[in-house]
Amino acid sequence: MKRSNTFLLTMLGFGFAFFYVPILSMIVYSFNGSRLATVWGGFSTKWYGTLLSNAQIGKALWLSLEIALLSSTIATILGTMAGIALARFTKFRGRTLFSGLVTAPLIMPEVITGISSLIFFILLGQYLGWPAARGFTTVTLAHITFSMVFVTTIVQSRMLSADRSIEEAAMDLGARPWQVLRDVTLPVISPAILSGWLLAFTISMDDVVITNFTTGPGTTTLPILIWSKVKLGVTPDINALATLIVLTVGLCVLAAGVMMNRAERRAERDRRLAYRANE
Amino acid sequence: MIARWFHRRGWSDLVIGLPYVWLLIFFLLPFLIVVGMSFATRTSTAPPFGFGGENPLVNLAGYARLFSDTLYIRAFVTSLTNAAGAMVLCLLIGYPMALGLTRVDRGWRNILLMLVILPFWTSFLLRVYAWMGLMGSNSWFNKVLTGAWNWLVPQAWDVANVPLMHSNFAVVLVMVYTYLPFMILPLYANLERLDPTLDEAAMDLGARPFAVFRDVTLPQSIPGIIAGGMLVFIPAAGELVIPTLVGDSSAPMIGRVISDEFSSARDWPMAAAVAVALLILMVGPMMIYSRFEARAQARERSE
Repeated sequence: MKRSNTFLLTMLGFGFAFFYVPILSMIVYSFNGSRLATVWGGFSTKWYGTLLSNAQIGKALWLSLEIALLSSTIATILGTMAGIALARFTKFRGRTLFSGLVTAPLIMPEVITGISSLIFFILLGQYLGWPAARGFTTVTLAHITFSMVFVTTIVQSRMLSADRSIEEAAMDLGARPWQVLRDVTLPVISPAILSGWLLAFTISMDDVVITNFTTGPGTTTLPILIWSKVKLGVTPDINALATLIVLTVGLCVLAAGVMMNRAERRAERDRRLAYRANE
Repeated sequence: MIARWFHRRGWSDLVIGLPYVWLLIFFLLPFLIVVGMSFATRTSTAPPFGFGGENPLVNLAGYARLFSDTLYIRAFVTSLTNAAGAMVLCLLIGYPMALGLTRVDRGWRNILLMLVILPFWTSFLLRVYAWMGLMGSNSWFNKVLTGAWNWLVPQAWDVANVPLMHSNFAVVLVMVYTYLPFMILPLYANLERLDPTLDEAAMDLGARPFAVFRDVTLPQSIPGIIAGGMLVFIPAAGELVIPTLVGDSSAPMIGRVISDEFSSARDWPMAAAVAVALLILMVGPMMIYSRFEARAQARERSE
């Protein structure tokens, strides 16, 4: 037992080194004074200066945030509806097709989703005159479509594991189905809705492939800007940008994790106190 | 009037109908257009395809080219072998990690799990980019590898640097790096639920640790292995970003071929035919995955 544990813990160590060495190396090289991205030329913060004076990056970041906020909010509304529909309405016409439509975007290769959306928007523009050009609207529509199904998955699995007796109690007390949904079900699944929204937001902020196909001239999101630079090779200012993004996201996720951990521990303590009070 | 309709059945119609219609318009319809497109004929008009009229209604030339042009066959083979390689490596690295996670104590475990998920929240593109920095011929990582290689092999095989970038190996390596959490998380969820008393019973009956692993732990973790494996294999086979950035452009993967046919060659029907073929190839793995997922969910509900 002892020896196998040593092996497993060593593998864990190697695994985490594998996860974090590339990121740490990128962070270290963002402070590289040399213009050559991979040759060390002394400590310097000049690439951060270059970055801050680059107005293009600020604009792209702002556009990405706008698209992510809008698309993740609409995706959360639609995705939550779909999750509720699949978890609570076991019989309606076309349910099989519906559940297929909800899983298919999860496993569809991004290239195919991207190209089919692009062809769709081009043909729409050709025959209906709308959208006249590709840009903010088409990117947002595409993002809503492929991120809403992630929300659905989260909401649906939360609904299936939720305790239905509270809903039944509300029903017995004379609440209408819609009131039960609004006043009982929605508050119960609100953590799932929130994590669905966060996931949809992250997916939208991070997407390259689908955005690349559905965007048009003048609509450059941050990932598209990075993508067009990175295709040409490693540059020190991208190292600096990557460092800022990784550190920001990392700190947010860590803070959220610590907060959730603490809330969980508090809930655990409350539960124990409640048990003791009952004894 | 509207209020009465809303309370009686309107709200449920809306809850089902709105997302349904949205997905029909923005997901199913575009997809059906692509399937239809794969039977169209390439023309020099804008948009560059013809359908019916002077062109044949069903043109199978694209599908015929899939089998006659070695570019497509090679791309499919490269994609499937790269994805399979990434899946196997993820399993070999991820399994001991997931098992290790179940052996550390609770407080540490939550922190380590968060460290597994953390890279997933940061940008996918930047994680690929981090490896571009490591693999370049002048990087410290490449120098370490080159040093190790030259020290290990006879002098005649010495190299100035290890050619990592723009190779299939680089693609597999970066795929393993980016998709490893997809393998670890379902495996961990599966292994964590296993009953530790079974291990102890086997141990008490005199089984050695490896025999316990082979005969007790491994057979019980097969659902986790399949879920993790498919979660790595399916996106890896259709990957576009990684092969474009670190791959060998003379041996492209299928995602790259679809994108090039569409954008550079402007051959929409061909791109559509390749896309449909890729989906047909993926149906098998997808069905395996959804069958095991459904079974796992059913078990969870019965517990």
